[in-house]
Amino acid sequence: MMNFKYHIEGGDFTHAGSASSQVKKMLKQLNVDPGIIKRIVVALYEAEVNIVAHAYRGDIEIDIETDKVFIKLVDQGPGIKDINLAMQEGYSTASQMVRDMGFGAGLGLPNMKKNSDVLNVQSEVGKGTCVEITTFLNK
Amino acid sequence: MEQTFYHALEIKPDQCIGCTHCMKVCPTEAIRVEKGKAVLFENRCVDCGECFRACPVCAIIIEQDDFDKIFDYPVRVALVPSVFIGQFPEEISTEEIYSELMEIGFTHVFEVEHGVEILENELKNYIAKTENKPAISPYCPAIVRLIQVKFPALVENFVLLKQPVDAAAIYNKKKFLDAGYQHHEIGLFYISPCAAKIAAVKSPVGEKFSEVTGVINMNVVFNMVYTGIKQAKKETCIIPYRRSLKPKGVVWSLTRGESVNISGRSLAIDGIHNVIEFLEKLENDERMDFDFLELRACDESCAGGVLTTGNRFLTVERLHKRAEKAGKKHMNTYDHDSIMDYHEYVTSQLGLEKVKPRSMMKLDDDMLEAMKKMKKVHELMLFLPLVDCGTCGSPNCASLAEDIVQGRANITKCIFVKQTLEDRKVFSFEEAFKSLKDIWGEDKFNKKWQVNL
Repeated sequence: MMNFKYHIEGGDFTHAGSASSQVKKMLKQLNVDPGIIKRIVVALYEAEVNIVAHAYRGDIEIDIETDKVFIKLVDQGPGIKDINLAMQEGYSTASQMVRDMGFGAGLGLPNMKKNSDVLNVQSEVGKGTCVEITTFLNK
Repeated sequence: MEQTFYHALEIKPDQCIGCTHCMKVCPTEAIRVEKGKAVLFENRCVDCGECFRACPVCAIIIEQDDFDKIFDYPVRVALVPSVFIGQFPEEISTEEIYSELMEIGFTHVFEVEHGVEILENELKNYIAKTENKPAISPYCPAIVRLIQVKFPALVENFVLLKQPVDAAAIYNKKKFLDAGYQHHEIGLFYISPCAAKIAAVKSPVGEKFSEVTGVINMNVVFNMVYTGIKQAKKETCIIPYRRSLKPKGVVWSLTRGESVNISGRSLAIDGIHNVIEFLEKLENDERMDFDFLELRACDESCAGGVLTTGNRFLTVERLHKRAEKAGKKHMNTYDHDSIMDYHEYVTSQLGLEKVKPRSMMKLDDDMLEAMKKMKKVHELMLFLPLVDCGTCGSPNCASLAEDIVQGRANITKCIFVKQTLEDRKVFSFEEAFKSLKDIWGEDKFNKKWQVNL
């Protein structure tokens, strides 16, 4: 098993996506199926951008095993009031500035769900959000 | 078993001085310097030709067919891309160039971009129908190979259509067969602006073989033709039948030549490093909802091909002027002897088979084994200076670490490590590790990532 940690700062769009890029490179080196890599990276990228867009800071932990990839993203931020609502396509709380940059179209969580096998979201308003993404490799 | 691939690029060991210039510019880390000579990893090379440009001693050559081979064929067609015309100074007319191509031995001259007359619609229809968006143009063979080795998840996005040169070859072959010639009497010679297009003819992706008989490097033909024109003393000259190329065809090989014709959201990117940067982003973000991507390995696309002689910006200027002129001519008249005579036949031959990925990045086929190797790579990275000087013969410290793990190199190839071990007279791994940590700081590699392997 391999374990990686990555720290991200809220509001830093310049570096949004660097964790995804690193993970992508490693999964390619580990000879994971390109289609599965794509799903993992798309889901992680969404989650990463979510933290940058909404939270103050966050930590990503990535566990790679031969049968699955588990990603846990914990942030300190405003939290999500209604997770069910946030899971709906098109729902967004992003500011105009964020939307202008091409982020915040309200597809984050739904897209993450589509691109993962198990998605677990827990949140406490005023404290932060924890997102867990599991993707199985042997399919 | 790993297959090996044909490459138009070849390193001449006699000439090579092992300077590492080529190794450093290679976008797929396909070159190493061993015993003072550059060597190529065949499976990683995408024939982009960046090494050819960088070599200070001309030790990298681009293989071509012997020019005299054309005389083995009674019918000798020069398949000329429009950038060839763009190589010449403005005052030399297209007619003169055509005429001189006949003087040097061709019996016919055909500009490959006539194929665009058929291909444009096929491309539009394909993009309208395909579900794999963004559709990626397979126009540039270096990009096809780059995506195969570096972005394997994107191979499904290729537009599975042959390119103008193929359409031109298919048409000419059929035309001369119909005129009563035999297969072996028809020689179709492509005048290539780059190494990738040569590889595409010799070892095509997505088709069994190419209709093109042989390839001749553009710089060679340019020198022959330009010399001929400069030294022309003759009273008369051959004026070949010439059908004017339509404006879209003239600029098809330039940046945005394809993409301007595509409705919806499309993007044109030239320069292989720019393409890599963009594809990295495309892989992460699903919301990049492009319909079409035109990706070319060379700066200014084929005008910047490694086998061109003219300045690429001047070539672009000349071709744009030519396109403008062609646009003003009355284009509705139907020329006789046109590729459109064989519209249906050529169209029926344009399909490509699926492009297969051939990832070069994997450390091992077996994931568990790959994980073990990755762990070793990481350990080695703690020893290496991360200066990426290339003196060891690998393009950077990370690739040296990989080469060591794959059994292709030894840690003492690193001059920093070697010096340290000698100076401090340490021989055990632990001691060496400690010494190196003293020099480079504990956290150099771990700064960004906390890794527990």
